[in-house]
Amino acid sequence: MSRTHVNCEVNGDAVDFLTEDGESLLNALRDELGLIGAKEGCGTGDCGACSVIMDGRLQCACLIFAPEADGAAITTCEGLASADELHPLQQCFLEGAALQCGICTPGFLIAAKALLDENPDPTETEVRYALAGNLCRCTGYDKIVRSVLEAAVQIRTPA
Amino acid sequence: MSTTEAAASTGTNGNGASGYRWVGTRPVRHDGLDKVAGKARYAADLNLPGMLYGHILRSPHPHARIVSIDTSAAEAMPGVKAVVTGADFPEAPPKGATRNLMCTVIARDTVLYSGHAVAAVAASTRREAKAAAEAIEVTYELLPHVLNISDAMADDAPVLHDNLFTRGVEPRPTEPSNIAARTVYERGDVEQGFAEADIVIEREFSTQAVHQGYIEPHACVVDCDQEGKAVIWASSQGHFKVRSATAEVLGWDTSRIKVIPAEIGGGFGGKTTIYIEPVAALLSTKAGRPVKIVMSREDVFRATGPAPGAIIKMKVGARNDGTITTAKAWLAYENGAFQGMAAMLGCMCVVSAYTLDHLYVEGFDVVLNRPVNVAYRAPSAPAAAFAMDSVVDEIAERVGMDPIDLRIHNCPSQGDPTPYGPKWPMIGLRECLEAIRDSDHYQSALPAGQGRGVASGFWFNIGEASSATVNLNENGTATVITGSPDIGGSRASMALMAAEELGLDVHLIQPVVGDTEVVGFTDVTEGSRATFATGMAVVEACRDLKEQLRKRAAKTWDCDVEEVEWVDGSAVHGPGEQEPLTLAAITGNAKRTGGPLGATASLNARGAGPAFSVQVADVSVDQETGRVTVERYTTAQDAGTAIHPSYVEGQMQGGVVQGIGWALNEEYIYSDDGNLENPGFLDYRIPVASDLPMIETCIVEVPNPSHPYGVRGVGEVGIVPPLPVMANAVADATGVRISDLPLSPPRVLEALTAAES
Ligand code: FES
Ligand code: FES
Repeated sequence: MSRTHVNCEVNGDAVDFLTEDGESLLNALRDELGLIGAKEGCGTGDCGACSVIMDGRLQCACLIFAPEADGAAITTCEGLASADELHPLQQCFLEGAALQCGICTPGFLIAAKALLDENPDPTETEVRYALAGNLCRCTGYDKIVRSVLEAAVQIRTPA
Repeated sequence: MSTTEAAASTGTNGNGASGYRWVGTRPVRHDGLDKVAGKARYAADLNLPGMLYGHILRSPHPHARIVSIDTSAAEAMPGVKAVVTGADFPEAPPKGATRNLMCTVIARDTVLYSGHAVAAVAASTRREAKAAAEAIEVTYELLPHVLNISDAMADDAPVLHDNLFTRGVEPRPTEPSNIAARTVYERGDVEQGFAEADIVIEREFSTQAVHQGYIEPHACVVDCDQEGKAVIWASSQGHFKVRSATAEVLGWDTSRIKVIPAEIGGGFGGKTTIYIEPVAALLSTKAGRPVKIVMSREDVFRATGPAPGAIIKMKVGARNDGTITTAKAWLAYENGAFQGMAAMLGCMCVVSAYTLDHLYVEGFDVVLNRPVNVAYRAPSAPAAAFAMDSVVDEIAERVGMDPIDLRIHNCPSQGDPTPYGPKWPMIGLRECLEAIRDSDHYQSALPAGQGRGVASGFWFNIGEASSATVNLNENGTATVITGSPDIGGSRASMALMAAEELGLDVHLIQPVVGDTEVVGFTDVTEGSRATFATGMAVVEACRDLKEQLRKRAAKTWDCDVEEVEWVDGSAVHGPGEQEPLTLAAITGNAKRTGGPLGATASLNARGAGPAFSVQVADVSVDQETGRVTVERYTTAQDAGTAIHPSYVEGQMQGGVVQGIGWALNEEYIYSDDGNLENPGFLDYRIPVASDLPMIETCIVEVPNPSHPYGVRGVGEVGIVPPLPVMANAVADATGVRISDLPLSPPRVLEALTAAES
């Protein structure tokens, strides 16, 4: 079977991998690059567990063909923290108990980052609509929404 | 405390009110960093060298005899390393729980639901495995099917099992039927109760099957070796259960199997059983390579879960002063393809939030051509509460009483008999009712155009077997190993209880979920039992350690152990002649005082504390579309004691939102030919963030006297009240009472239109 050679940037690093046509970016990230943060909850674009930011846009990695990532810049959950510090969203999720099982968490963090990159001061309603493509079955969203709002405050007013 | 204040106080300062230093605080959970960094490993995240991918072929028919299976084409396909069918598994006994489990994992002669596993392939890639599975040729002889309770109970219904004779009927039926069991609870004389009543309300209700909807599909990796040993990595609610159930299906000795718990991406009861592990084990044995199976979302909907739909008829009598005199209930619950005990549980729960002198409750467990029921958070209780609390709401309206006051008036207390036999231990229903009555939400005027609904809910909670090992490290830290998978923060609860016992900072404690070979037997995480029962084992092991620590101090000081007390993490010499020895000082010197310190406790936890929740919601109803919007929601729940309040609130909020989904939108929809029409999150729509307001929480604490810290368990009861809460709120908003769930826009619109004409 012929495989396609894909070059792209993931979390700031130049990477390349071989992939079959028709393979999803999600499987490529997970299987070829070992980045397991993005999860498959549905494979059909309905749950957001596979969320990544690709060229500045929030995407479901399960709906993107891996060869489409050629030349793209991708951020996954693994790219949020620096060597010595968590991203404020990660810190607020921890302190606000915004995760229970945690399977949805990487997707929510990425979707929330995409929101705050665009809109640093969202209302509760804006947060709820921005996260409406991400399913969480554990938390009822309350603590997730609060944690995103808290992170927005922290990002706007660094200590 | 409101959630706003709660969320603000995330520090780890002592919880002054309770007198505990650690219990009741909100430290960051120990496994949190891995989960926000994307490093936590769930079963689907594991890849082993040489690993194959398994794919399961499933029946497209709801009921059919398997005439033949031809795997030859599949075996010849590229990358294929192993193929298995039902014939490769040990023969199933003719009836009983073992047969049901074995035949759920893979069909034998008959498929009993669309989605029933029939055969499986292991191949080098996912796609090769899928293509080969689809190349397996199965010849079916179609049989007539039944999809709903009324059809399945009819005299001329096609029968699923020709050896199923209704239990609980005298004399025992001589003809097989789909009614697996009849359950009855009765007390007093219902006819007398109705005669004493001023009003009698009689209604019929229905609810639909729903799925637990965990975001992580079932997944496992199994590696079998040439000596017949298997290592299983699985996401489950109990890895000891994965071990025993896999052994049961394969006819293996359990000692051949080691199960390593991966992180679990939600279960809610749905991962208390197994589906794929024995299949992966046989494929791995045949291929001599590790095999990974990950279900697709479609397979999860078609072949796992669901919680049953039900039909419930209620007849309730009350006096004009609001006293409920009697209740008569008839309940029928779907069981799926094999017998369960859904109706029995429903019978036990249906009137439990009320004191009744006269009751008659009769339930029927019904098999039909749908996937086998699995537990879903307080199984069977939500539908039962929907029926009873809808009727109670009508009674309050008719007698002109506040619905909370009416519930307080009829509220059982300690020593009253439960509907199912024993007397109530200490319970907190009244306190929950009062918490809602006094809440800011209930005290606030209802905004114009909205409706308000309240309801209560009950769940038993259970104890069962748990084990814990606590090891003290030479630097004065502790490792707490338990056998309970961490579904929603239980590692943090275990660490908090150990911290409280040992007087150690919670961050000096490392909580670990041990595999089946490093920790003692522990039952599945179900029945809200982990913090209660496994927590009890942790406390017991820590108390053992404190004894050992006192002895080591006595040895160091050359004094009588009776002179040594354990205070705030240090050994203190009663007579005061010695400087206190910290835990770290004792462990650092352990080599010279008798060696390393560790303790293990294994127990059957008794005295689980029953759980109650009372909830209130305000809704608005769009008259043009029938859409119900939840405007405000508050839940009160008796936690006994909240060990980590943030995760208690999380359980409460999560349960509520699942219940809202069940009430408003979720349902299994089958086509006439027996196929699930909505096996995906697009058409099976669970609540999303933009559907909801904040879920305000009041944690009520009526300690459970059977637990060292008063824990009751908080995982389940929250899902019970939302069904009647929503129905009652919609009735208040529109003046129209709807007794069939879900209250989806078309159904609400239809009811509004019907009421107008
Ligand atoms: S896995 Fe991509 S949206 Fe669900
Ligand atoms: S934390 Fe479990 S799905 Fe969101």
